[in-house]
Amino acid sequence: MTNYLDQKLFDTNVQWIKYKVLKEIITRAYQGGLDQAYYDIPRIISPGPKSELNCCIYKERAIVQERIHMAMGGDRDNPNPVQVMETACDECPAAGMLVTEACRGCMMHSCQEVCPKGAITIMGHRCHIDKNKCIECGKCAAACPYSAIIAQKRPCIKSCKVKALSIRPQDDKAVIDNAKCISCGACVVSCPFGAITDRSLVLDIIDMLRESENNTRYRVYAVVAPAIVGQCRFGRITQVVTAIKLLGFHQVVEAALGADITLYTEAREFQHKAAECENPVMTTSCCPAFVRFVETNFPEFKDAISTSPSPMITTACLIKHSDPTAKVVFIGPCAAKKFEYSLEKTGGMIDSVMSFEELQAFVDARGIDTTKCEDSQLDNASFYGRIFAKSGGIAQGVSHVAQKLGIDGVKPVVMNGIDECRQHLAMLRAKKETANFFEGMACDGGCVGGPLSITRSPKNVFDVDKYGSSAKEQDIDGSVNLYHMTLETASEKE
Amino acid sequence: MTPKIIKVCVGSSCHLKGSYDVLEAFKAVLKKYQVEDKVDLQASFCLGHCAHGVSVSGEEFLLHGVNAANAEELFTTEIYPKLFKE
Repeated sequence: MTNYLDQKLFDTNVQWIKYKVLKEIITRAYQGGLDQAYYDIPRIISPGPKSELNCCIYKERAIVQERIHMAMGGDRDNPNPVQVMETACDECPAAGMLVTEACRGCMMHSCQEVCPKGAITIMGHRCHIDKNKCIECGKCAAACPYSAIIAQKRPCIKSCKVKALSIRPQDDKAVIDNAKCISCGACVVSCPFGAITDRSLVLDIIDMLRESENNTRYRVYAVVAPAIVGQCRFGRITQVVTAIKLLGFHQVVEAALGADITLYTEAREFQHKAAECENPVMTTSCCPAFVRFVETNFPEFKDAISTSPSPMITTACLIKHSDPTAKVVFIGPCAAKKFEYSLEKTGGMIDSVMSFEELQAFVDARGIDTTKCEDSQLDNASFYGRIFAKSGGIAQGVSHVAQKLGIDGVKPVVMNGIDECRQHLAMLRAKKETANFFEGMACDGGCVGGPLSITRSPKNVFDVDKYGSSAKEQDIDGSVNLYHMTLETASEKE
Repeated sequence: MTPKIIKVCVGSSCHLKGSYDVLEAFKAVLKKYQVEDKVDLQASFCLGHCAHGVSVSGEEFLLHGVNAANAEELFTTEIYPKLFKE
């Protein structure tokens, strides 16, 4: 078997274990043995007799069982696709600011000087922090010349920019507050124990493919996110397309086609807004985690969110317009798409969502060697649609389209990651923001940094640019014509 | 009368072989022969004949290797007679 860690397919060991579980589940969905999954798979993945990861082999296997549960859909009653696996949560210490042995009780005591709350005293040649006064600002840690003060925080809590994660007092387990969570998946990436993960819908997808009877009863289309180009470590993108078809999909279509159209509809929407009011303000709507962030953290700007459907939805609309009984599966790096697809506003256009990690497990479980696949073309979209995958892509595209259509006054700002989104929207709230078109992406770097990517290498951005440049269409006209021909006329007819 | 359907494949293979040009050519041809309201020109994602050039299909016909230059000829010889035989 290919050792993906050696070949650096995945970034982390957590992904590797998740992959192994998914692959076992998918194999059993085809070859039988799914009913024995909870008994067999933990023994395959953690053969024992000693545990390498946990206190004992029984706990290690119990955690594998939780991973199986998530691979088979997780808690279906929980609307949030991002869920905590309670046994896997290692109850990390969260003591806050902690003075370590490295403290020398020096004469300068910069820590005491910088503390805004007077929480630090020097006693017995050692710095002491009064927990009742400390606000965990971290200034003392930054000031200490010996790096003797550390912030003992849970990685999940640190990663969560919307404060949706907390510690349950009775058992110290991490819990997600669904009212605050935007399903961005940052905690999925950050938990060193892999205790927070996304529910997999891969078994639903297998059923969907099977019941299509080789695409004869209905056709199943795969819509792939443009970030996929950075993920093709084994084989070319054109070979990955063939591999996806070999899984049983009728056809692979680029979500970037919908992205081309989104650029057009967002530019037009801005034009309408500008005609109606003096100071139009608009945000993008393609990142579902960002949309949710605005809805929960800046509700006053809810109406500023573009009403354009996301590229994923638009692409599915095009497909279903031409093939009404079609089923559409989105394949991407995004955890939030796993809730977006089920939102009422999407009109059921997307039938299911698969991550890049799951795609890799699916392809391998079916014994498909991507490197030996023939090439299949993949070309539905323009340069601009394809660069949606990176932070700054929409701003670049919308500026271009606005100029082309003669729409004046678009002043875009790129908000890369939730911190920047918060910063700019706060400035907008304070009426200090000069931009009026807000490109918001929850993941750092944009979709190329998506939590369910196989790899989040910085190289992905270059792959996306290169791939964008290789598109047959260098501008969005062809895609927009398609939109005018189908979706626009369809809505006008209604 | 419900409009007849003409589907032009815009799947990746056909797109690379010029299906957007074919769509434009058909739009012009439908206009020229004054059948715009009788025909619903649609796009389709892969008709399953990727190796044979741009595919154009309807309930009554299936054509391959269509391009902007032969669109009118194919419309008059292959499509129109089949769509409107009565």
